[in-house]
Amino acid sequence: MIYWQIFLANFMANLLGYGGGPATIPLLEHEVVDRYHWFSVHEFSEMVALGNALPGPIATKLAGYIGYSQGGVIGAIIALFASVAPSLILIIALLGILMKFKDTAKVKNMTKLVRPAIAVLLGVMTIDFFTTSYKGVGIVQTAIIGIVSLLLLEKWKVSPVYVICGALVYGAIFLG
Amino acid sequence: MKSWDIFVAFFRSGMLGYGGGLSAIPLMKREVVDIYKWMEEEEFSDILALANTLPGPINTKMSGYIGWRVGGFWGMMSALVGTVLPTVVLLIIFLTVLHEYKDKPWVNGMSRAVIPIAGVMLGVLTWDFIKKSKNTMGWTMTVILLVISIVVMQVLGIHPAILIVGLLVSALLSKNKKEEKQVKAS
Repeated sequence: MIYWQIFLANFMANLLGYGGGPATIPLLEHEVVDRYHWFSVHEFSEMVALGNALPGPIATKLAGYIGYSQGGVIGAIIALFASVAPSLILIIALLGILMKFKDTAKVKNMTKLVRPAIAVLLGVMTIDFFTTSYKGVGIVQTAIIGIVSLLLLEKWKVSPVYVICGALVYGAIFLG
Repeated sequence: MKSWDIFVAFFRSGMLGYGGGLSAIPLMKREVVDIYKWMEEEEFSDILALANTLPGPINTKMSGYIGWRVGGFWGMMSALVGTVLPTVVLLIIFLTVLHEYKDKPWVNGMSRAVIPIAGVMLGVLTWDFIKKSKNTMGWTMTVILLVISIVVMQVLGIHPAILIVGLLVSALLSKNKKEEKQVKAS
């Protein structure tokens, strides 16, 4: 039963995630936090932060960990299969046909029209994460860490690895 | 031997590609087109364009398909394992250790400190998606669709799947002026 739920959660999120890996993050949260209650918002945001500090595609890292924590190694394999296989099978089976249609406006419209909906999902999650942080460490710490990391990541283009490592040290010393 | 090459190519491009998804694509191109010469650059771009129109993570669609083309079923498996496995294992070890010591106040502090950063990362992604929408559809259409999405998902509480499928269907059913013009011209 748990294996079937693991499969379903990852399958749904990845099949609806138009716009690559990041688009699947809020859909995945919807499944594992809101629907199945496997994780709290706090735990999920931890996964996203640490997942982003590691290299490689984000959707499969999250899937693998979710599967592992709910169903061990088999759970991880099922989750990875569910997130990778459907779209991969589609592309292998349909490449010839799709090639003819790739420039048509309708196919391009599909990704285009879904984008704002994904933006809303991501925005809602952003608010969720900040609210959780506010409840945990208060407004001042949330603002300090938020602003400093925004500057580091976006303005000075520091790699997420260093930003996350820095935050871990900061948290161990000041938020413990 | 070939499976090993495929594994190495996608392992390298996966491990060096920080920031998820698209950052790994140029690295992947270097391995597939420049180093191993499995396909021409044009073919690679075609596959990329096509993969973008399908849902799900972009990296595994690319690596899986290219692995399949180059080395059949086992080529595909090698490519997927190379792309996915190393970082999944790292994340599992990372989080499991963190949760093991959850009772220690300093570990708890560590876990609290990364949440605002996750918020920032998602906020940046949100803005990326809005900007891309504006660039392809203009502000008016983007705002209209944003408002519709907020109302449907947040106010009415309808599952995102229903909205997304609805949007996909309306994209397929929509009449497109450009396409009609092209038909007439030809």
